[in-house]
Amino acid sequence: MHISLTVNGQPYTVDVEPRMLLVHVLRDVLDLTGTNVGCDTSQCGACTVIMDGRAVKSCTVLAVQADGSEILTIEGLAKDGELHPLQEAFWNNHGLQCGYCTPGMIMTAYYLLQTNPNPSEEEIRHGLEGNICRCTGYHNIVRAVQEAAQRM
Amino acid sequence: MYPPKFDYYRATSVDEALSLLQQHGDNAKLLAGGHSLIPLMKTRLAQPAVLIDIGRIDALKGIQVDGDTLRIGPLTTHADIAASEDVQGRAAALADAAGVVGDVQVRNRGTIGGNLAHADPASDLPAAVLALGGEIEVRGPNGSRTVAADDFFQGLFTTALGGDEIITAIRIPAGGGKRVSAYVKFPHPASGYAVVGVAAVLELDGQTITSARVAANGAFECAKRLTGAEQALAGATASDEAIAAAAQRAAEGFNADDFMSDIFASSEYRAHLLGVYTRRALQKALERA
Ligand SMILES: Cc1cc2nc3c(=O)[nH]c(=O)nc-3n(C[C@H](O)[C@H](O)[C@H](O)COP(=O)(O)OP(=O)(O)OC[C@H]3O[C@@H](n4cnc5c(N)ncnc54)[C@H](O)[C@@H]3O)c2cc1C
Ligand code: FES
Ligand code: FES
Repeated sequence: MHISLTVNGQPYTVDVEPRMLLVHVLRDVLDLTGTNVGCDTSQCGACTVIMDGRAVKSCTVLAVQADGSEILTIEGLAKDGELHPLQEAFWNNHGLQCGYCTPGMIMTAYYLLQTNPNPSEEEIRHGLEGNICRCTGYHNIVRAVQEAAQRM
Repeated sequence: MYPPKFDYYRATSVDEALSLLQQHGDNAKLLAGGHSLIPLMKTRLAQPAVLIDIGRIDALKGIQVDGDTLRIGPLTTHADIAASEDVQGRAAALADAAGVVGDVQVRNRGTIGGNLAHADPASDLPAAVLALGGEIEVRGPNGSRTVAADDFFQGLFTTALGGDEIITAIRIPAGGGKRVSAYVKFPHPASGYAVVGVAAVLELDGQTITSARVAANGAFECAKRLTGAEQALAGATASDEAIAAAAQRAAEGFNADDFMSDIFASSEYRAHLLGVYTRRALQKALERA
């Protein structure tokens, strides 16, 4: 089945099997490998992308369900060689160690700041509930989101 | 991890979805947000040969206030329900329940219709809809019918919904006198699902509780009313004593083996939590009075 997607501003038409997951279209067909698969069981949030303005777990969306939608992935955040404030803030605050959760973490944080530009620490922790990090212990991730909120 | 192969149909109307269901019978499943079905298919716990995607039927989306009734389309997401001022104002227990489903990303995709149809015992929405006296509007090959939430949830993953039927609306009565409600849950620390969740709905005349509906999910094989707690509250003055008396009677009428038990929580522990969360739900509801 042919579907069309706009990913990071660029239109694509791709031929997919109905059972293909959105994350596999992004990674394996469009070669946008920034979006990771962590658990594959809808728990960890590593695969989070923004679909029509909303953070979703792309391992739990069929590509056919995403037909016609606009997708923003981690690759779409930097502009003209400049990192997005969230990316810089994760860097500055040591908001990552192995980095595996980071693309999903940043996309969920991006969605949080779109809906709530000045979140409290508690709101940040609540907003990132669907993203699991095995390394950092979360404190520096929260600090990074706080810094990004100030700069955005 | 790919789901097994299936044929995919995209329904553009309820009529089309119904005729596709007729055509493919037991091999077919409706697909809404996919946040119960896709994980089940990935792990091969469900292997439907046909998926009928109803996710683009606009007529099944959105929240309307229709006289004394709140009418919620089955495709309305948990996020939209939690954020709706109409739901917060008229059926706070449902806004609470939708707001504590899973996490942000799950709430952005999962729908109320899918949640009720799937009837996971640990789901949050069933107890809220049951306590609020909701009705499920269902359409099948022979037309529409309305099922009271009291008759809808029948057992583990089992509802009154026929295999050839679609939920077309959830109706919550929202008229009458002063009504307050709340839902609170003890989430499983890993999955976030309800180990026990309690919804409480109180009708008030001044300080008097004229009637009460209390329901729980997580504790039993499906959402159930807590009639002991309800009887303790009816006619009582809204007070800490009334709340304590209701919490004391939360498990009344249930046997030890009515309670679910798993490696995380024994039936005794769930029975204990039922009292604790009945108290918390009532406190939260009365704080809104
Ligand atoms: C990580 C994770 C955590 C979660 N945590 C929670 C939680 O804490 N609490 C909670 O309550 N839920 C939780 N859920 C489940 C979530 O709420 C689901 O979205 C919901 O149970 C199903 O809704 P859906 O739209 O995704 O349905 P789908 O998965 O698309 O469908 C589920 C079932 O309902 C049927 N169906 C769907 N719509 C209709 C309709 N209109 N008429 C008839 N049948 C229909 C389908 O055929 C299917 O059998 C969680 C899910 C995930 C992935
Ligand atoms: S890979 Fe999608 S939630 Fe873990
Ligand atoms: S940095 Fe390693 S999982 Fe988060």
